[in-house]
Amino acid sequence: MIDAEGVIKRFGPRTILRGIDLRVETGETLVIIGGSGCGKSTFLKCVIGLHHPDGGKIVVDGIEVAKLKTEAEIADYRRRFGYLFQEGALFDSMTVWENITFGLRYLTDIPSGKYRGIASDCLALVGLKDVEDFKPSELSGGMKKRVALARAIAAQPSYILYDEPTTGLDPIMTDVIADLILDLQKQLKVTAIMVTHDMKAAYKVASRIAMFHEGKVLQVAHPDIIKISDNPYVRQFVDGKSEGPIKMKLKEFEAETASNAQPDKEGS
Amino acid sequence: MISNAVGGLGKYILGAAEETGQFSFLVRSTFGWMTSYRIEWRQTLIQIVRIGVESLPVTAMTAFFTGMVLALQTGASSKHFFNEPLFVGTVVAFSLVMELAPVMTAIVVAGRAGAAIAAELGTMKVTDQIDALYTLGTDPIRYLVIPRFIAFMMVLPLLTVASDFTGIFGGYLVAHAKYQIPATVYWHDIVDQMEIRHFVHGFLKTFVFAAVVSLVSCFKGITTRGGAEGVGKSTTAAVVISMVLILVLDYFATAVLNAFGIT
Ligand SMILES: Nc1ncnc2c1ncn2[C@@H]1O[C@H](COP(=O)(O)OP(=O)(O)OP(=O)(O)O)[C@@H](O)[C@H]1O
Ligand SMILES: [Mg+2]
Repeated sequence: MIDAEGVIKRFGPRTILRGIDLRVETGETLVIIGGSGCGKSTFLKCVIGLHHPDGGKIVVDGIEVAKLKTEAEIADYRRRFGYLFQEGALFDSMTVWENITFGLRYLTDIPSGKYRGIASDCLALVGLKDVEDFKPSELSGGMKKRVALARAIAAQPSYILYDEPTTGLDPIMTDVIADLILDLQKQLKVTAIMVTHDMKAAYKVASRIAMFHEGKVLQVAHPDIIKISDNPYVRQFVDGKSEGPIKMKLKEFEAETASNAQPDKEGS
Repeated sequence: MISNAVGGLGKYILGAAEETGQFSFLVRSTFGWMTSYRIEWRQTLIQIVRIGVESLPVTAMTAFFTGMVLALQTGASSKHFFNEPLFVGTVVAFSLVMELAPVMTAIVVAGRAGAAIAAELGTMKVTDQIDALYTLGTDPIRYLVIPRFIAFMMVLPLLTVASDFTGIFGGYLVAHAKYQIPATVYWHDIVDQMEIRHFVHGFLKTFVFAAVVSLVSCFKGITTRGGAEGVGKSTTAAVVISMVLILVLDYFATAVLNAFGIT
């Protein structure tokens, strides 16, 4: 169980997370949706310990992330997690199979002779084959994403944090990946948090859906309830409409970035 | 205007202080981890080969020409004062072994391997690969910094010794071709004067330089921010800071070694 209470995260003067309360029960897949830049990735990074929250706490299986001290404790905590980075974050100096099995050395006791076989198995799960010896730079965007996914699940973690696992994939592959995530949940009892903008995949895999807005959780509910939510923000988001309460912010944001970008252009 | 400047200065000092703090944290963790953890020897070996192979041609070339120009200058001035070229080998060898080979080799390696490290680690940082190391159960210090640190500590002294020899050889070629100094004279000018402690003096300094260049380059790399531009900035900063620190620390290292009588 992942239990976040009042998580606050600031970057310099900007407060990105303004008190996130969220509980992920063991065995469920919680999907996080929300506008670009609202702090979804930041929250995932807080959960695994890449970012340290400025307030609140995150407790996983009774262990508080911020209180981990010794290397052994931190290693033990990390061992529970698989993490799919939004941009993949594949090691570009290594081949695909070295990438996938990189964590096994540190996270498991599996002998290195079995690594290559494990890499092929993981690749098959994400619908890839015969790419073991490629370098990440030789792969397409969607292939990179799937290799990164294979790497996240290779050590068979009990928690998986997916940051946009289906972005950049074609519709069929999106469904394949959604099925894979469902399978991992059903068969291996993986507890997962998945960030996505893809409502179809969200409805398919979610046990519950949480909508983030301006650093807070707006609503957490079963997908069927989200579908008929009467919260205007949630409505607008799941329907993907430009009209609605979130519009104003977007316009402001665009105006702001446009005026920020101007002097930059002249400068360069 | 003035308050702006003061504010800017304050920010700069705060930034510098924060960076110094982060850097000392990196240094402490590097030494702490080296004593308490399994060292990644495979990575270390890869780095040794890479740093050595990348740098040797440039450092050898630099030392070769430095030795040549030292011989040329020494020969010219001693001819001017004494009407014959005296002690060319002595001047060339002492200058190289005690000062120029360690310093120039370190500077060239900072520009070559230090820049490569900062750029590589910086790119890894801005593409989340450093964070990925963490999620996969290791750590940038253990997996990236310590192997590079050890590699530098092993390779830079060797490169410096190679520079000593190529420089002395370069000096000999000029001494022989331009001033007709026979090999035996040139050689005796060196071995009759030089003692082990002179060599040790230069050799010990290379460890200081190796530590500085590797740690500064790694630090600049893994604290990179902001995309391709950030990588460029880190790389430049790594090289500039390394070079300045090499020259500054050279003075202090020399002073300390002199105090211990290793001169
Ligand atoms: N390391 C960082 N330093 C400073 N600001 C950051 C950092 N990481 C994220 N931010 C800021 O935090 C905000 C939230 O970023 P985050 O990546 O969590 O958004 P997101 O919800 O995942 O968006 P998207 O859907 O586009 O991926 C952004 O405005 C971003 O500028
Ligand atoms: Mg994100």
